[in-house]
Amino acid sequence: MPITESDIEKIAKLAHLEITDEERRALTPQIASIVAYVEQLNELDTSQVEPATGGFTPEGERTRAGRDDVRHRSLGQAAALDQAPDPSHGYFRVPKVL
Amino acid sequence: MKENWEAVIGLEIHAQLSTETKIFCGCATSFGDEPNANTCPVCLGLPGALPVLNNHVVDLGARAALSLALHINEESVFSRKNYFYPDLPKGYQISQFDRPFSERGVLEVMTATRDEAGHVREWRPMTVRITRMHLEEDAGKNVHEGLPDTDRYSYVDLNRAGTPLAEIVTEPDFRSSWEAYDYVNHVRRALQWVGASDADMEKGNLRCEANVSVRRKSEEQFGTKVELKNLNSVRFMQRAIEYEIDRQIKLIESGGRVTQETRLWDDRAGETRVMRSKEEAHDYRYFPEPDLQPLVVTPEFIESVRAAMPELPEARRRRFMQDYELSYNDAAQLTSEIALANYYELTAKAASNPRGASNWIRSELLRELEAADVAVADSPVKPEELGALVRIIDEGGISGKQGKEVLIEMFATGKTAAAIVEERGLAQVSDTGEIEGVIAEVLAANPPQVAQYRAGKEGLFGFFVGQVMKASKGKANPKLVNELLKKKLSES
Repeated sequence: MPITESDIEKIAKLAHLEITDEERRALTPQIASIVAYVEQLNELDTSQVEPATGGFTPEGERTRAGRDDVRHRSLGQAAALDQAPDPSHGYFRVPKVL
Repeated sequence: MKENWEAVIGLEIHAQLSTETKIFCGCATSFGDEPNANTCPVCLGLPGALPVLNNHVVDLGARAALSLALHINEESVFSRKNYFYPDLPKGYQISQFDRPFSERGVLEVMTATRDEAGHVREWRPMTVRITRMHLEEDAGKNVHEGLPDTDRYSYVDLNRAGTPLAEIVTEPDFRSSWEAYDYVNHVRRALQWVGASDADMEKGNLRCEANVSVRRKSEEQFGTKVELKNLNSVRFMQRAIEYEIDRQIKLIESGGRVTQETRLWDDRAGETRVMRSKEEAHDYRYFPEPDLQPLVVTPEFIESVRAAMPELPEARRRRFMQDYELSYNDAAQLTSEIALANYYELTAKAASNPRGASNWIRSELLRELEAADVAVADSPVKPEELGALVRIIDEGGISGKQGKEVLIEMFATGKTAAAIVEERGLAQVSDTGEIEGVIAEVLAANPPQVAQYRAGKEGLFGFFVGQVMKASKGKANPKLVNELLKKKLSES
Protein backbone atom coordinates (compact mmCIF):
# COMPACT_ATOMS: atom_id res chain seq x y z
CA MET A 1 0.00 0.00 0.00
CA PRO A 2 1.65 3.24 -1.11
CA ILE A 3 2.02 5.90 1.57
CA THR A 4 0.69 9.29 0.55
CA GLU A 5 1.08 12.75 2.00
CA SER A 6 -2.47 12.60 3.37
CA ASP A 7 -1.52 9.44 5.34
CA ILE A 8 1.32 11.37 6.92
CA GLU A 9 -1.02 14.20 7.77
CA LYS A 10 -3.46 11.81 9.42
CA ILE A 11 -0.74 10.09 11.44
CA ALA A 12 0.58 13.44 12.59
CA LYS A 13 -2.88 14.53 13.63
CA LEU A 14 -3.50 11.32 15.61
CA ALA A 15 -0.18 11.88 17.38
CA HIS A 16 -1.02 15.55 18.03
CA LEU A 17 2.05 16.59 16.04
CA GLU A 18 2.13 19.78 14.02
CA ILE A 19 4.25 19.34 10.93
CA THR A 20 5.05 21.84 8.20
CA ASP A 21 4.38 21.22 4.52
CA GLU A 22 8.07 20.84 4.05
CA GLU A 23 8.33 18.19 6.78
CA ARG A 24 5.38 16.37 5.34
CA ARG A 25 7.01 16.23 1.91
CA ALA A 26 10.26 15.04 3.45
CA LEU A 27 8.64 12.41 5.71
CA THR A 28 6.41 10.82 3.10
CA PRO A 29 9.13 8.97 1.13
CA GLN A 30 11.00 8.09 4.35
CA ILE A 31 8.02 6.45 5.98
CA ALA A 32 7.01 4.90 2.65
CA SER A 33 10.37 3.16 2.43
CA ILE A 34 10.10 1.86 6.01
CA VAL A 35 6.63 0.46 5.33
CA ALA A 36 7.82 -1.09 2.08
CA TYR A 37 10.65 -2.78 3.95
CA VAL A 38 8.30 -4.30 6.50
CA GLU A 39 5.85 -5.22 3.77
CA GLN A 40 8.30 -7.80 2.47
CA LEU A 41 6.85 -10.01 5.22
CA ASN A 42 3.65 -10.20 3.21
CA GLU A 43 5.48 -12.24 0.61
CA LEU A 44 5.55 -15.18 3.02
CA ASP A 45 2.75 -17.69 2.71
CA THR A 46 1.23 -17.81 6.22
CA SER A 47 -2.01 -19.55 5.26
CA GLN A 48 -0.97 -22.65 7.22
CA VAL A 49 0.29 -20.74 10.29
CA GLU A 50 -1.81 -20.07 13.38
CA PRO A 51 -1.82 -16.40 14.38
CA ALA A 52 0.19 -15.95 17.56
CA THR A 53 0.81 -13.31 20.19
CA GLY A 54 3.19 -13.44 23.13
CA GLY A 55 6.37 -15.42 23.63
CA PHE A 56 7.21 -19.05 22.86
CA THR A 57 9.55 -21.54 24.41
CA PRO A 58 12.28 -23.04 22.20
CA GLU A 59 9.94 -26.04 21.80
CA GLY A 60 7.22 -23.81 20.39
CA GLU A 61 5.01 -23.93 23.48
CA ARG A 62 3.33 -20.76 24.69
CA THR A 63 5.03 -19.27 27.72
CA ARG A 64 2.76 -19.17 30.73
CA ALA A 65 3.09 -15.97 32.74
CA GLY A 66 0.83 -14.64 35.43
CA ARG A 67 1.35 -13.16 38.83
CA ASP A 68 -0.40 -13.35 42.17
CA ASP A 69 -2.16 -10.26 43.44
CA VAL A 70 0.71 -9.23 45.72
CA ARG A 71 2.21 -5.78 46.00
CA HIS A 72 5.73 -5.08 44.94
CA ARG A 73 7.61 -2.01 46.03
CA SER A 74 6.65 0.92 43.88
CA LEU A 75 9.09 3.64 42.88
CA GLY A 76 7.49 6.33 45.02
CA GLN A 77 6.83 9.86 43.98
CA ALA A 78 10.38 11.24 43.96
CA ALA A 79 11.86 8.46 41.83
CA ALA A 80 8.84 8.38 39.52
CA LEU A 81 9.30 12.07 38.74
CA ASP A 82 13.10 12.03 38.69
CA GLN A 83 13.43 11.86 34.91
CA ALA A 84 10.36 13.96 34.11
CA PRO A 85 11.05 17.14 32.13
CA ASP A 86 8.69 19.31 34.17
CA PRO A 87 7.58 17.86 37.50
CA SER A 88 5.55 20.09 39.80
CA HIS A 89 3.82 19.54 43.15
CA GLY A 90 4.27 15.77 42.84
CA TYR A 91 2.73 15.65 39.37
CA PHE A 92 3.95 15.39 35.83
CA ARG A 93 3.19 18.85 34.51
CA VAL A 94 2.18 19.14 30.86
CA PRO A 95 0.79 21.85 28.58
CA LYS A 96 -2.90 22.35 29.23
CA VAL A 97 -5.21 19.71 27.80
CA LEU A 98 -9.03 19.66 27.65
CA MET B 1 -41.60 11.57 26.62
CA LYS B 2 -43.75 12.75 23.77
CA GLU B 3 -46.40 10.38 22.43
CA ASN B 4 -45.10 9.33 19.06
CA TRP B 5 -41.38 9.32 19.90
CA GLU B 6 -39.17 6.56 21.16
CA ALA B 7 -35.72 6.78 22.75
CA VAL B 8 -33.01 4.22 22.02
CA ILE B 9 -30.29 3.95 24.66
CA GLY B 10 -27.19 1.80 25.04
CA LEU B 11 -24.85 1.85 28.02
CA GLU B 12 -21.17 1.31 28.71
CA ILE B 13 -20.09 0.70 32.28
CA HIS B 14 -16.49 0.69 33.47
CA ALA B 15 -16.13 -1.12 36.77
CA GLN B 16 -12.89 -1.28 38.72
CA LEU B 17 -12.15 -4.85 39.78
CA SER B 18 -11.35 -5.16 43.50
CA THR B 19 -7.71 -6.20 43.41
CA GLU B 20 -4.89 -5.16 45.71
CA THR B 21 -2.56 -4.48 42.81
CA LYS B 22 -2.74 -3.25 39.23
CA ILE B 23 -3.59 -5.47 36.27
CA PHE B 24 -0.08 -5.73 34.79
CA CYS B 25 2.23 -4.80 37.71
CA GLY B 26 2.40 -5.09 41.49
CA CYS B 27 1.71 -1.42 42.31
CA ALA B 28 -1.10 -0.79 44.78
CA THR B 29 -4.54 0.22 43.51
CA SER B 30 -5.31 2.14 46.71
CA PHE B 31 -7.16 5.42 46.43
CA GLY B 32 -6.03 8.79 47.80
CA ASP B 33 -2.27 8.25 48.13
CA GLU B 34 0.14 11.03 47.22
CA PRO B 35 0.30 11.55 43.45
CA ASN B 36 2.50 9.20 41.43
CA ALA B 37 3.63 7.26 44.52
CA ASN B 38 2.13 3.93 43.35
CA THR B 39 4.03 3.69 40.09
CA CYS B 40 6.75 1.54 38.55
CA PRO B 41 8.39 1.18 35.13
CA VAL B 42 5.42 -0.87 33.84
CA CYS B 43 2.63 1.57 34.68
CA LEU B 44 4.80 4.59 33.86
CA GLY B 45 5.34 3.12 30.40
CA LEU B 46 9.12 3.24 30.65
CA PRO B 47 11.02 1.64 27.76
CA GLY B 48 11.53 -2.09 28.02
CA ALA B 49 9.08 -2.68 30.85
CA LEU B 50 6.87 -5.74 30.31
CA PRO B 51 3.33 -6.36 31.55
CA VAL B 52 2.51 -9.51 33.54
CA LEU B 53 -1.16 -10.34 34.04
CA ASN B 54 -2.54 -10.34 37.60
CA ASN B 55 -4.24 -13.75 38.03
CA HIS B 56 -6.77 -12.32 40.46
CA VAL B 57 -8.12 -10.07 37.69
CA VAL B 58 -9.11 -13.20 35.79
CA ASP B 59 -10.85 -14.62 38.84
CA LEU B 60 -12.80 -11.41 39.53
CA GLY B 61 -13.51 -10.93 35.83
CA ALA B 62 -15.02 -14.43 35.71
CA ARG B 63 -17.18 -13.70 38.73
CA ALA B 64 -18.36 -10.43 37.18
CA ALA B 65 -19.12 -12.13 33.85
CA LEU B 66 -21.10 -14.95 35.47
CA SER B 67 -23.06 -12.54 37.67
CA LEU B 68 -24.20 -10.82 34.46
CA ALA B 69 -25.07 -14.05 32.63
CA LEU B 70 -22.22 -13.60 30.14
CA HIS B 71 -20.55 -16.36 28.19
CA ILE B 72 -16.83 -16.53 29.04
CA ASN B 73 -14.50 -17.19 26.09
CA GLU B 74 -11.93 -19.86 26.76
CA GLU B 75 -9.43 -17.77 24.84
CA SER B 76 -9.37 -13.98 24.71
CA VAL B 77 -6.72 -11.60 23.42
CA PHE B 78 -5.35 -8.33 24.76
CA SER B 79 -4.93 -5.58 22.18
CA ARG B 80 -3.33 -2.17 22.08
CA LYS B 81 -5.70 0.73 21.69
CA ASN B 82 -3.55 3.56 20.40
CA TYR B 83 -4.16 7.20 21.24
CA PHE B 84 -2.18 10.09 22.63
CA TYR B 85 -3.20 11.80 25.82
CA PRO B 86 -1.10 12.82 28.84
CA ASP B 87 -2.81 10.34 31.19
CA LEU B 88 -1.75 7.43 28.98
CA PRO B 89 2.03 7.12 29.30
CA LYS B 90 2.59 4.27 26.85
CA GLY B 91 0.64 5.93 24.04
CA TYR B 92 -1.72 2.96 24.06
CA GLN B 93 -4.11 1.34 26.47
CA ILE B 94 -3.98 -2.41 26.87
CA SER B 95 -7.55 -3.49 26.29
CA GLN B 96 -9.40 -6.22 24.43
CA PHE B 97 -10.88 -5.77 20.99
CA ASP B 98 -12.00 -8.53 18.64
CA ARG B 99 -11.72 -11.35 21.15
CA PRO B 100 -13.09 -10.13 24.48
CA PHE B 101 -13.01 -12.00 27.78
CA SER B 102 -16.78 -12.57 27.74
CA GLU B 103 -19.79 -11.78 25.56
CA ARG B 104 -23.44 -12.42 24.71
CA GLY B 105 -25.19 -12.02 28.04
CA VAL B 106 -28.97 -12.02 28.31
CA LEU B 107 -29.94 -10.52 31.61
CA GLU B 108 -33.33 -10.17 33.24
CA VAL B 109 -33.54 -6.87 35.10
CA MET B 110 -36.43 -5.55 37.18
CA THR B 111 -37.48 -2.08 36.12
CA ALA B 112 -40.28 0.14 37.28
CA THR B 113 -42.74 2.47 35.68
CA ARG B 114 -42.59 5.72 37.61
CA ASP B 115 -44.64 8.85 37.98
CA GLU B 116 -43.40 12.35 37.13
CA ALA B 117 -41.68 12.69 40.50
CA GLY B 118 -39.81 9.43 39.98
CA HIS B 119 -41.86 7.39 42.47
CA VAL B 120 -42.25 3.75 41.61
CA ARG B 121 -45.66 2.69 40.30
CA GLU B 122 -45.05 -0.89 39.29
CA TRP B 123 -42.14 -3.28 38.83
CA ARG B 124 -41.81 -5.46 35.77
CA PRO B 125 -39.02 -7.62 34.31
CA MET B 126 -37.08 -6.45 31.23
CA THR B 127 -34.54 -8.28 29.11
CA VAL B 128 -31.18 -6.60 28.47
CA ARG B 129 -28.67 -7.98 26.00
CA ILE B 130 -25.09 -7.43 27.10
CA THR B 131 -22.86 -7.40 24.05
CA ARG B 132 -19.58 -7.98 25.81
CA MET B 133 -17.52 -7.51 28.94
CA HIS B 134 -13.80 -7.16 28.39
CA LEU B 135 -10.81 -6.57 30.64
CA GLU B 136 -8.51 -3.58 30.36
CA GLU B 137 -6.27 -1.16 32.22
CA ASP B 138 -7.38 2.26 33.39
CA ALA B 139 -5.58 5.46 32.40
CA GLY B 140 -4.10 7.94 34.88
CA LYS B 141 -5.80 11.10 36.01
CA ASN B 142 -5.37 14.58 34.57
CA VAL B 143 -5.85 17.36 37.08
CA HIS B 144 -7.06 20.68 35.69
CA GLU B 145 -7.79 22.66 38.83
CA GLY B 146 -6.59 23.31 42.36
CA LEU B 147 -2.92 23.71 41.36
CA PRO B 148 -0.91 26.74 40.14
CA ASP B 149 -1.26 28.07 36.57
CA THR B 150 -3.99 25.67 35.49
CA ASP B 151 -4.81 28.11 32.70
CA ARG B 152 -1.58 27.00 31.07
CA TYR B 153 -0.86 23.58 32.58
CA SER B 154 -2.48 20.25 33.33
CA TYR B 155 -1.08 17.90 35.95
CA VAL B 156 -0.83 14.14 35.60
CA ASP B 157 -1.16 11.57 38.39
CA LEU B 158 -0.41 8.01 37.25
CA ASN B 159 -1.47 6.20 40.45
CA ARG B 160 -4.64 5.07 38.68
CA ALA B 161 -2.83 4.06 35.48
CA GLY B 162 -2.99 0.28 35.18
CA THR B 163 -5.90 -0.27 37.55
CA PRO B 164 -7.95 -3.25 36.31
CA LEU B 165 -11.30 -2.48 34.72
CA ALA B 166 -14.15 -4.52 33.31
CA GLU B 167 -15.95 -2.70 30.52
CA ILE B 168 -19.55 -3.83 30.14
CA VAL B 169 -21.32 -2.85 26.92
CA THR B 170 -25.01 -3.36 26.18
CA GLU B 171 -27.03 -3.46 23.00
CA PRO B 172 -29.29 -0.42 22.50
CA ASP B 173 -32.04 -2.09 24.52
CA PHE B 174 -33.26 0.69 26.80
CA ARG B 175 -36.27 2.80 25.86
CA SER B 176 -36.30 5.21 28.79
CA SER B 177 -33.93 6.85 31.25
CA TRP B 178 -35.46 4.84 34.09
CA GLU B 179 -34.77 1.54 32.36
CA ALA B 180 -31.13 2.61 32.10
CA TYR B 181 -31.19 3.65 35.76
CA ASP B 182 -32.58 0.30 36.92
CA TYR B 183 -30.04 -1.58 34.80
CA VAL B 184 -27.03 0.28 36.21
CA ASN B 185 -28.27 -0.33 39.74
CA HIS B 186 -28.74 -3.99 38.90
CA VAL B 187 -25.16 -4.26 37.60
CA ARG B 188 -23.78 -2.37 40.59
CA ARG B 189 -25.49 -4.69 43.05
CA ALA B 190 -24.45 -7.80 41.10
CA LEU B 191 -20.78 -6.79 41.02
CA GLN B 192 -20.74 -5.91 44.72
CA TRP B 193 -22.64 -9.08 45.55
CA VAL B 194 -20.05 -11.42 44.02
CA GLY B 195 -17.16 -9.32 45.32
CA ALA B 196 -15.91 -8.36 41.84
CA SER B 197 -16.05 -4.60 42.37
CA ASP B 198 -16.86 -2.05 45.07
CA ALA B 199 -18.86 -0.37 42.29
CA ASP B 200 -18.93 2.93 44.17
CA MET B 201 -19.65 5.75 41.72
CA GLU B 202 -18.56 8.45 44.15
CA LYS B 203 -15.09 6.96 44.37
CA GLY B 204 -15.08 6.63 40.60
CA ASN B 205 -14.76 2.86 40.62
CA LEU B 206 -17.93 2.57 38.55
CA ARG B 207 -18.35 4.94 35.63
CA CYS B 208 -21.00 5.04 32.92
CA GLU B 209 -21.48 6.44 29.49
CA ALA B 210 -24.75 6.44 27.58
CA ASN B 211 -25.46 6.45 23.84
CA VAL B 212 -28.77 8.16 23.22
CA SER B 213 -30.83 8.60 20.07
CA VAL B 214 -34.50 9.16 19.32
CA ARG B 215 -36.82 8.10 16.50
CA ARG B 216 -40.48 8.40 15.61
CA LYS B 217 -42.30 5.25 16.71
CA SER B 218 -43.19 4.40 13.14
CA GLU B 219 -39.51 4.38 12.09
CA GLU B 220 -37.36 1.28 12.03
CA GLN B 221 -34.01 2.98 11.63
CA PHE B 222 -32.13 4.34 14.61
CA GLY B 223 -31.56 8.08 14.81
CA THR B 224 -28.13 9.68 15.08
CA LYS B 225 -26.67 8.89 18.48
CA VAL B 226 -25.05 11.19 20.98
CA GLU B 227 -22.59 9.94 23.56
CA LEU B 228 -23.07 11.24 27.12
CA LYS B 229 -20.19 11.46 29.58
CA ASN B 230 -19.45 12.85 33.03
CA LEU B 231 -22.31 10.91 34.58
CA ASN B 232 -21.04 10.78 38.15
CA SER B 233 -24.01 9.07 39.77
CA VAL B 234 -26.84 6.86 38.60
CA ARG B 235 -29.28 9.69 39.23
CA PHE B 236 -27.14 12.12 37.19
CA MET B 237 -27.12 9.61 34.37
CA GLN B 238 -30.90 9.31 34.47
CA ARG B 239 -31.33 13.08 34.41
CA ALA B 240 -28.79 13.52 31.63
CA ILE B 241 -30.54 10.93 29.44
CA GLU B 242 -33.93 12.52 30.13
CA TYR B 243 -32.58 15.94 29.17
CA GLU B 244 -30.91 14.59 26.06
CA ILE B 245 -34.04 12.77 24.81
CA ASP B 246 -36.01 15.96 25.20
CA ARG B 247 -33.33 18.06 23.50
CA GLN B 248 -33.15 15.74 20.50
CA ILE B 249 -36.91 15.55 20.01
CA LYS B 250 -37.25 19.33 20.17
CA LEU B 251 -34.36 19.76 17.79
CA ILE B 252 -35.87 17.43 15.17
CA GLU B 253 -39.39 18.78 15.57
CA SER B 254 -38.13 22.29 14.93
CA GLY B 255 -36.56 21.12 11.70
CA GLY B 256 -32.99 20.56 12.96
CA ARG B 257 -30.75 17.51 12.81
CA VAL B 258 -28.96 15.68 15.62
CA THR B 259 -25.20 15.66 15.07
CA GLN B 260 -23.08 12.76 16.19
CA GLU B 261 -21.04 14.09 19.09
CA THR B 262 -19.94 13.60 22.67
CA ARG B 263 -21.71 15.72 25.27
CA LEU B 264 -20.93 16.28 28.93
CA TRP B 265 -23.59 16.45 31.63
CA ASP B 266 -23.46 19.56 33.79
CA ASP B 267 -25.64 18.77 36.77
CA ARG B 268 -25.57 22.28 38.19
CA ALA B 269 -26.88 23.75 34.97
CA GLY B 270 -29.08 20.68 34.37
CA GLU B 271 -28.00 20.35 30.74
CA THR B 272 -25.65 18.54 28.39
CA ARG B 273 -22.94 20.38 26.47
CA VAL B 274 -20.85 19.49 23.45
CA MET B 275 -17.43 18.13 24.32
CA ARG B 276 -16.27 17.08 20.88
CA SER B 277 -17.85 16.28 17.58
CA LYS B 278 -17.33 12.90 15.98
CA GLU B 279 -15.54 14.41 13.02
CA GLU B 280 -12.48 14.24 15.21
CA ALA B 281 -13.35 10.61 15.80
CA HIS B 282 -10.49 8.53 17.03
CA ASP B 283 -8.81 5.94 14.92
CA TYR B 284 -7.44 3.62 17.55
CA ARG B 285 -5.49 1.32 15.22
CA TYR B 286 -5.98 -1.72 17.45
CA PHE B 287 -3.54 -4.58 17.15
CA PRO B 288 -2.81 -7.61 19.34
CA GLU B 289 -0.57 -6.88 22.34
CA PRO B 290 2.65 -8.74 21.48
CA ASP B 291 3.90 -8.66 25.09
CA LEU B 292 1.03 -10.77 26.44
CA GLN B 293 -0.13 -14.28 25.73
CA PRO B 294 -3.77 -14.87 24.85
CA LEU B 295 -5.73 -15.26 28.06
CA VAL B 296 -6.74 -18.90 28.33
CA VAL B 297 -9.29 -20.11 30.86
CA THR B 298 -10.36 -23.73 31.09
CA PRO B 299 -13.96 -24.95 31.38
CA GLU B 300 -12.90 -26.42 34.76
CA PHE B 301 -11.82 -22.99 35.95
CA ILE B 302 -15.11 -21.42 34.85
CA GLU B 303 -17.03 -24.18 36.60
CA SER B 304 -15.03 -23.75 39.80
CA VAL B 305 -15.80 -20.03 39.83
CA ARG B 306 -19.45 -20.73 39.14
CA ALA B 307 -19.60 -23.29 41.94
CA ALA B 308 -18.10 -20.83 44.42
CA MET B 309 -20.56 -18.07 43.53
CA PRO B 310 -23.21 -17.09 46.05
CA GLU B 311 -26.88 -17.32 45.09
CA LEU B 312 -27.43 -14.21 42.94
CA PRO B 313 -29.52 -11.31 44.22
CA GLU B 314 -32.54 -11.72 41.92
CA ALA B 315 -32.81 -15.43 42.61
CA ARG B 316 -32.55 -14.73 46.29
CA ARG B 317 -35.22 -12.02 46.17
CA ARG B 318 -37.62 -14.44 44.48
CA ARG B 319 -36.85 -17.10 47.06
CA PHE B 320 -37.44 -14.65 49.94
CA MET B 321 -40.85 -13.80 48.48
CA GLN B 322 -41.74 -17.43 48.05
CA ASP B 323 -40.28 -19.08 51.16
CA TYR B 324 -40.79 -16.25 53.64
CA GLU B 325 -43.91 -14.66 52.16
CA LEU B 326 -42.30 -11.23 51.95
CA SER B 327 -43.60 -8.48 49.69
CA TYR B 328 -41.61 -7.48 46.59
CA ASN B 329 -40.41 -4.26 48.20
CA ASP B 330 -39.38 -5.91 51.45
CA ALA B 331 -37.56 -8.73 49.68
CA ALA B 332 -35.87 -6.26 47.32
CA GLN B 333 -34.68 -4.15 50.24
CA LEU B 334 -33.32 -7.19 52.08
CA THR B 335 -31.43 -8.30 48.97
CA SER B 336 -29.93 -4.88 48.24
CA GLU B 337 -26.60 -6.20 49.51
CA ILE B 338 -25.38 -9.68 50.29
CA ALA B 339 -24.43 -8.94 53.90
CA LEU B 340 -27.98 -7.77 54.62
CA ALA B 341 -29.53 -10.81 52.91
CA ASN B 342 -27.30 -13.10 54.98
CA TYR B 343 -28.14 -11.20 58.15
CA TYR B 344 -31.83 -11.47 57.40
CA GLU B 345 -31.83 -15.22 56.86
CA LEU B 346 -29.94 -15.89 60.10
CA THR B 347 -32.31 -13.63 62.03
CA ALA B 348 -35.40 -15.23 60.49
CA LYS B 349 -34.11 -18.65 61.46
CA ALA B 350 -33.27 -17.67 65.04
CA ALA B 351 -36.64 -15.93 65.45
CA SER B 352 -38.63 -18.70 63.74
CA ASN B 353 -40.57 -15.76 62.34
CA PRO B 354 -39.45 -14.61 58.87
CA ARG B 355 -41.85 -11.70 58.59
CA GLY B 356 -41.16 -10.52 62.13
CA ALA B 357 -37.44 -10.64 61.41
CA SER B 358 -37.98 -8.66 58.22
CA ASN B 359 -39.96 -5.98 60.06
CA TRP B 360 -37.47 -5.64 62.89
CA ILE B 361 -34.51 -5.38 60.54
CA ARG B 362 -36.09 -2.94 58.12
CA SER B 363 -37.78 -0.63 60.58
CA GLU B 364 -35.48 -0.79 63.62
CA LEU B 365 -32.05 -2.28 62.98
CA LEU B 366 -31.31 -0.46 59.71
CA ARG B 367 -32.17 2.86 61.34
CA GLU B 368 -29.73 2.19 64.18
CA LEU B 369 -27.03 1.10 61.75
CA GLU B 370 -27.50 4.17 59.64
CA ALA B 371 -27.47 6.51 62.64
CA ALA B 372 -24.23 4.93 63.86
CA ASP B 373 -22.82 4.70 60.32
CA VAL B 374 -22.05 1.02 60.75
CA ALA B 375 -22.21 -1.60 57.99
CA VAL B 376 -24.63 -4.45 58.54
CA ALA B 377 -21.76 -6.94 58.55
CA ASP B 378 -20.28 -5.09 61.55
CA SER B 379 -23.56 -4.75 63.43
CA PRO B 380 -22.95 -4.92 67.19
CA VAL B 381 -26.24 -6.86 67.38
CA LYS B 382 -25.66 -10.25 65.80
CA PRO B 383 -28.50 -11.83 63.81
CA GLU B 384 -28.90 -14.66 66.32
CA GLU B 385 -29.42 -12.05 69.05
CA LEU B 386 -31.93 -10.03 67.09
CA GLY B 387 -33.72 -13.30 66.35
CA ALA B 388 -33.77 -14.10 70.06
CA LEU B 389 -35.28 -10.68 70.79
CA VAL B 390 -38.04 -11.20 68.22
CA ARG B 391 -38.75 -14.58 69.78
CA ILE B 392 -39.03 -13.10 73.30
CA ILE B 393 -41.54 -10.57 71.97
CA ASP B 394 -43.49 -13.20 70.05
CA GLU B 395 -43.74 -15.35 73.15
CA GLY B 396 -45.16 -12.44 75.11
CA GLY B 397 -42.10 -12.00 77.33
CA ILE B 398 -42.00 -8.26 76.65
CA SER B 399 -44.08 -5.87 74.58
CA GLY B 400 -43.07 -4.64 71.14
CA LYS B 401 -42.55 -1.18 72.55
CA GLN B 402 -40.18 -2.51 75.21
CA GLY B 403 -38.50 -4.53 72.50
CA LYS B 404 -37.50 -1.35 70.68
CA GLU B 405 -35.83 -0.02 73.82
CA VAL B 406 -34.10 -3.33 74.41
CA LEU B 407 -32.77 -3.31 70.83
CA ILE B 408 -31.32 0.18 71.30
CA GLU B 409 -29.54 -1.00 74.45
CA MET B 410 -28.33 -4.18 72.72
CA PHE B 411 -26.95 -1.98 69.98
CA ALA B 412 -25.17 0.30 72.44
CA THR B 413 -23.82 -2.32 74.83
CA GLY B 414 -23.62 -5.55 72.86
CA LYS B 415 -25.52 -7.36 75.61
CA THR B 416 -28.04 -10.07 74.75
CA ALA B 417 -31.77 -9.39 74.76
CA ALA B 418 -32.33 -11.89 77.57
CA ALA B 419 -29.68 -10.22 79.76
CA ILE B 420 -31.19 -6.76 79.30
CA VAL B 421 -34.73 -7.98 79.97
CA GLU B 422 -33.46 -9.65 83.13
CA GLU B 423 -31.38 -6.67 84.33
CA ARG B 424 -34.08 -4.11 83.73
CA GLY B 425 -36.70 -6.44 85.19
CA LEU B 426 -38.72 -6.03 82.05
CA ALA B 427 -40.03 -9.53 81.83
CA GLN B 428 -43.76 -9.39 81.43
CA VAL B 429 -45.86 -11.19 83.95
CA SER B 430 -47.98 -13.61 81.99
CA ASP B 431 -48.86 -15.74 84.97
CA THR B 432 -52.66 -15.61 85.19
CA GLY B 433 -52.71 -16.26 88.93
CA GLU B 434 -50.31 -13.45 89.69
CA ILE B 435 -52.22 -10.94 87.59
CA GLU B 436 -55.52 -12.03 89.12
CA GLY B 437 -54.03 -11.35 92.54
CA VAL B 438 -53.08 -7.80 91.54
CA ILE B 439 -56.52 -7.20 90.04
CA ALA B 440 -58.18 -8.36 93.21
CA GLU B 441 -56.07 -5.88 95.19
CA VAL B 442 -56.87 -3.01 92.88
CA LEU B 443 -60.60 -3.72 92.93
CA ALA B 444 -60.58 -4.02 96.72
CA ALA B 445 -58.82 -0.67 97.04
CA ASN B 446 -61.28 1.21 94.81
CA PRO B 447 -64.86 0.19 95.73
CA PRO B 448 -66.55 3.46 94.53
CA GLN B 449 -65.05 3.13 91.02
CA VAL B 450 -66.05 -0.53 90.89
CA ALA B 451 -69.60 0.33 91.77
CA GLN B 452 -69.71 3.16 89.17
CA TYR B 453 -68.32 0.88 86.46
CA ARG B 454 -70.84 -1.80 87.20
CA ALA B 455 -73.56 0.82 87.10
CA GLY B 456 -72.61 1.47 83.48
CA LYS B 457 -69.72 3.95 83.53
CA GLU B 458 -67.57 1.84 81.23
CA GLY B 459 -65.11 4.67 80.60
CA LEU B 460 -63.54 3.73 83.92
CA PHE B 461 -62.06 0.60 82.37
CA GLY B 462 -58.90 2.45 81.42
CA PHE B 463 -58.53 3.61 85.02
CA PHE B 464 -58.47 0.01 86.24
CA VAL B 465 -55.97 -1.02 83.56
CA GLY B 466 -53.74 1.86 84.64
CA GLN B 467 -53.97 0.91 88.30
CA VAL B 468 -53.14 -2.73 87.57
CA MET B 469 -50.19 -1.83 85.40
CA LYS B 470 -48.95 0.57 88.03
CA ALA B 471 -49.30 -2.02 90.79
CA SER B 472 -47.37 -4.52 88.66
CA LYS B 473 -44.70 -1.90 87.89
CA GLY B 474 -45.57 -2.11 84.21
CA LYS B 475 -44.66 -5.76 83.94
CA ALA B 476 -48.10 -7.30 83.59
CA ASN B 477 -48.85 -8.55 80.10
CA PRO B 478 -51.33 -5.87 78.92
CA LYS B 479 -53.35 -8.30 76.84
CA LEU B 480 -53.90 -10.59 79.79
CA VAL B 481 -54.71 -7.65 82.08
CA ASN B 482 -57.44 -6.57 79.69
CA GLU B 483 -58.93 -10.02 79.45
CA LEU B 484 -58.85 -10.79 83.17
CA LEU B 485 -60.11 -7.33 84.21
CA LYS B 486 -63.13 -7.62 81.91
CA LYS B 487 -63.91 -10.97 83.39
CA LYS B 488 -63.53 -9.84 87.03
CA LEU B 489 -65.53 -6.66 86.57
CA SER B 490 -68.41 -8.48 84.94
CA GLU B 491 -68.59 -10.93 87.87
CA SER B 492 -70.46 -9.63 90.82
